[in-house]
Order: sequence, then C-alpha cells, then structure tokens
Amino acid sequence: MFEHLRSALQSLTSNKTRAGLTMLGVIIGVLAVVLLVSVGDGARVYLDSTLSSIGTNLLFVTPGRRETRGGFSHPQSGSAKPLTMDDVHALERQTHLLTSVCPIVEGGGAVRYGGRTRDTMVAGVGESFGVLRSMTINIGTHISSEDVDARRRVAVLGRTVVRELFGNENPLGKAIRVANGRFRVIGVLEPKGSTFGADMDDLVLIPATSAEDLFGQEFLTSILTAVRSREDAAPAMEEIEQTLARRRHGERTFTVMSQDDLMNVFGSLTSAMTLALLAIASVSLIVGGIGIMNIMFVSVRERTREIGLRRALGATRGDVLLQFLVESLVLSSTGGLIGLAIGVVVIAGVNRYFPDVPLRLSAWIAAVAFGAAFVVGVVSGVVPARRAARLDPVEALRYE
Amino acid sequence: MSAAAAPSLAEELPLIDANGIERTFRMGDEDVRVLNGVSFSVQRGEYVALIGPSGSGKSTLMYQIGCLDTPTAGQLTLAGYDTATLDDAELAALRNQVIGFVFQTFNLLSRTSVVDNVALPLRYAGVGLKERRARAREALSRVSLSHREDYSPERLSGGERQRVAIARAIVTRPALLLCDEPTGNLDQRVGKEIFALFEELNSELGATLVIVTHDMTLAKRARRVIELVDGVIVNDATPAGRA
Repeated sequence: MFEHLRSALQSLTSNKTRAGLTMLGVIIGVLAVVLLVSVGDGARVYLDSTLSSIGTNLLFVTPGRRETRGGFSHPQSGSAKPLTMDDVHALERQTHLLTSVCPIVEGGGAVRYGGRTRDTMVAGVGESFGVLRSMTINIGTHISSEDVDARRRVAVLGRTVVRELFGNENPLGKAIRVANGRFRVIGVLEPKGSTFGADMDDLVLIPATSAEDLFGQEFLTSILTAVRSREDAAPAMEEIEQTLARRRHGERTFTVMSQDDLMNVFGSLTSAMTLALLAIASVSLIVGGIGIMNIMFVSVRERTREIGLRRALGATRGDVLLQFLVESLVLSSTGGLIGLAIGVVVIAGVNRYFPDVPLRLSAWIAAVAFGAAFVVGVVSGVVPARRAARLDPVEALRYE
Repeated sequence: MSAAAAPSLAEELPLIDANGIERTFRMGDEDVRVLNGVSFSVQRGEYVALIGPSGSGKSTLMYQIGCLDTPTAGQLTLAGYDTATLDDAELAALRNQVIGFVFQTFNLLSRTSVVDNVALPLRYAGVGLKERRARAREALSRVSLSHREDYSPERLSGGERQRVAIARAIVTRPALLLCDEPTGNLDQRVGKEIFALFEELNSELGATLVIVTHDMTLAKRARRVIELVDGVIVNDATPAGRA
C-alpha cells in the first residue's frame, strides 16, 4: 500500500496543474458541504438557544384544537370557545403543578408621547409574565397583580420604544397614549436583543385586563404558564386539559403545548433544512467526483504503455488496479482535506468578525465532508482503475 | 549456474518448452492464425536469435514465451511450469522472477530517475526500497551506467537508454532475457555494442538469450537461429552438441 501511495504521489506531482485543477472540484465540493451544513447546524443551535432563552419549562395554551403536534399555523377556528380571564383564575385555583399562570392579549398599535409616535407590539400580560419569559426590569417596577385586577392603565416599555419616544428623557411616571388609551409608564425592561430577526425590545407591556378594555374584547390570545421541572410538563398538561375541558363541558377547544413540543417543531424544521443544504452541497461534490473520474480515464489512456510495461515487469492486475485507485483516493482526500481546512478558516473568520451569523462547524460535519470526499475518490477511481487492470498487456505495450 | 556448464545439462528440464503452440486472433469476422503449431525448446544458457519477415509471428511468439499472452492451443512450459495452469498472480510472479524483458522502444518511465527505473521490477518482487536501490545500482554498474543513476531517462542517448532497460531486465537475476528488436531503434554501431553486452551477460551470468531481430548481421552472432515464416518454424539451425 505504501508503495502505491509513493507512486501515486510521484505521478500526481509530475503533473501538478492537472492534479490541482482536478482537486479543485473536490475542494469546492467539500467546502460547500462544510459551509452549507454549518449554516443549517448553526441555525439549529441558534434556534435551540433562542427558544431556551424565552424561559424554561413553559407551557402554552392557545384557543382552537390542533389535530397533531407539530403544526405551525395559528390554530384559530371560528367556533372555538375563546380563552378568558376566568380560565386563568380556574387554572390558578384548580391545578397544582403550575408555578404561575399568565394571560396574554396580543395586539398592536401606535404608541405616542409628545410629538413622537411608534407603531409597536402591545402585549397585555399578567404579573408573572416577567418571571416566565425571563424579562427583568431595568428601572421602575413590573406590572403587579393589583394592576391586573384593577385594570390599571399602566405600561412597561421595551428599550427600543423608550429610545424612540423619550430619547434621553426619563420615562418613569410619564403619560403616553397607547392606541386610544392614556397609560402611565411604571417601568422599563432590561434589553433582550433580537430573536428570529425581531427586535424583542420593541414592545409595550400593559395589564391583560386593560388590554381587553383597550382592544374592546373579552378573550385572551393565549395563556402562558410554567412547571418547575421538565418531568412535571406532561402531568401538568393533563391537569390543564382537564381543568379547561371541565369548563367547556368536556369539549377540548384549545391546545396545550410544551416548550419541548415547540423545540421539536423547530428542530424538525432545521433538520430538514440541514438535509436540504447537504443535498445541494452534495451536487458540487458529485461534480468534483466526475472531474476525478474524467482525469483518471485520461491518465489510464496516457499511461497505457506504462501499464503494459508494469505488467511485463511482474505487476498483477491487482497491482495496477490499486495503483490507479490509490491515485484517485489521494486526489480526492487531499482535495477533501484542503476544502475542510479552508472551511475551518472561513467559519472561524466568520465567527470572529460576524458573531451574529449562526455558523457552526461540528466534528460530524467535518467527518461527513471528508468521508464523502473519500467515497467520491473510491467511486470515481474504481471504474478507470478496473479499465487499467483489464488492459491486455500485449496491446498495452504496443499502444502508441 | 554458469554458462560453461550449459552443454552438459542434458538431463535438466529445458527452460522453454513449446509444444504445438497456436495463436489465433479474431479480426472482424475472420480468424487469423498467427502461430500455427510452433514447437521448440531452449536450454538454460542458450543464445537464440528469432528471425523472420514482419508478420511472421515472431513478436507474438515472444509474447507467448513471456507469458503476456496465452496460446490458443498447444502447451508451453517455462522453467518447469505449465503456463496454462497458472493464474494472473502466478504468471505475474513468473514474469517477474524468470523473465527480463528488453523492448525496441526501451519503455522507460520518463519522470522516474534511471536508478528507480531499474529498481521497478524489484518492487513487484516485494523487495524493500533500500535493497531495491542497492541492487539497481549493482545492475547499472554491470551495464557501465553508474554515472547516470540520478539522470532522467530523457537526458540519455538511445544506446544508454537501452542499457538502462537491460539493467532493469537483469535486476531480478532472471534466467531468461527476452528481447524484442532491441536494436531496432539504434544505429548499427550502438546495436553491436548492445549485442556485445547481451553476449557478456550470457557468458558471465549464464543468462539465456532469446532475441527477436530482423538484422541478419546481428542474428548471425547467435549460436542458434530460429526462423519463423507464416507462423511456423522453417529453420532451426542448432549447432551440433546442443539441445
């Protein structure tokens, strides 16, 4: 084997330009695999961490029945009995595993202060929202249970809204207009950055009850709740189902989802995306393999007399086969290593200078990429090598 | 084994024993019989010239003896082995161990140094790199080319190239040197030198020579001349007291 490696290197270095160009195909192929799959894998990790960052062990209750887990569209069906504040109170009283229950009323609207206006997301929430969603207060206070019960017109602002409306002015105690209502600012949230490209600081929190008043509705968008540990999630979901169904005469016109369910939905999406990217990248690797096969055929033809000579000097068919197969393998695996090295450098560079781009190189990607290059070498080398091995020595020696 | 002992080897098996060798090629719809029942034997240490007009089948016969081609019919025994019973790997080993080939076109690897060209057969004999080089140098000194060891064959003259090829042929110390028109690409003076070298290897190493040639002047130097016409032996001038 070592002998074959030696002669393969000798043969390849004697025609550097050709070997280099042939390798380029594999280099690009492997680079494509490494980069594209790293994008997919990076997206998965990014989604995971983002989903974890919105809180821990959360459960989501939404109106409408979702037939299967993993659906993605908003499950609003016309006949669904809406979720209400009474449901929230029932869950608070009749369940044991939930740490807290928080009503959510989502809406949007123009927020005004002085001469300035900003269209932003307005969320009506309960007092436990901050804890559940890990949104801490920077200055002032959170919305309290009294605020919710008394339907107070108070608001907690995200950092973006503060910057846009108040600039450097202290917003605490100031009166703002949210849609058509007057609200007093009682707190400012700690900045959260952005998730899925959305600015998580571009929002206004008000008591859920006030939000119902403001939007003229008597139902909630969803109910957010949480359990102490992951093991509690399943029994807690059962508790929620039973409690809410009881209040609906046994009809389950709502859906309970855990944070894990949500992660699985995103997980299967990103896996599909990674696979699709891998498939795209494989095309360029296959093209690289065809390049190798082509050059190996040329090489066998050019060296026909050499093959005849080697047979005359005592080479078996197997020796000739191995000689060309090893040559093809050296081409593809060297190309694979170079592609991998470039990929590592590119990803390290991107990670360093653009830390926001979710690009992640893991060992399995490197292994898959190099393994694929190796396989490409075998596949594209074996047919030319067999042709070389099957040559008739007499005809090979006479070949001009 | 020495050349001097050759005449008294009556009881030893011949090195080459060909019996009714036929070789037929398919050309389109027609079968062309290039060898039509060739029988002869060659003892160790002999010096044989194989002559005949072009198309007489002498090269084909040489490839049969060299185990690079298989007879359509007939039996060929080489160094005691019935070649029909050997598989690809065994034939390759036989070529490697028993036969040294010398070709008209030298067939040196142009991107490989002279010494590594000479060492090539030893690679297929499973000899280690160091010993290969040492034995290749030894073979090169036999053909007086020690000073060209590290040259590329492309920088050598025709005569030098053929001497490198001869060094390659003798590096495994084979019993038989099979030479196909070895002087065909050389001028007469150099051709004579090459033949002188063959004769030296024959008398000093006891190497059996079978040389295909159409140069009658050179062929007459051989101690036995086999003439082939249309695939049959028409003349086998064996000096008295041999074979």
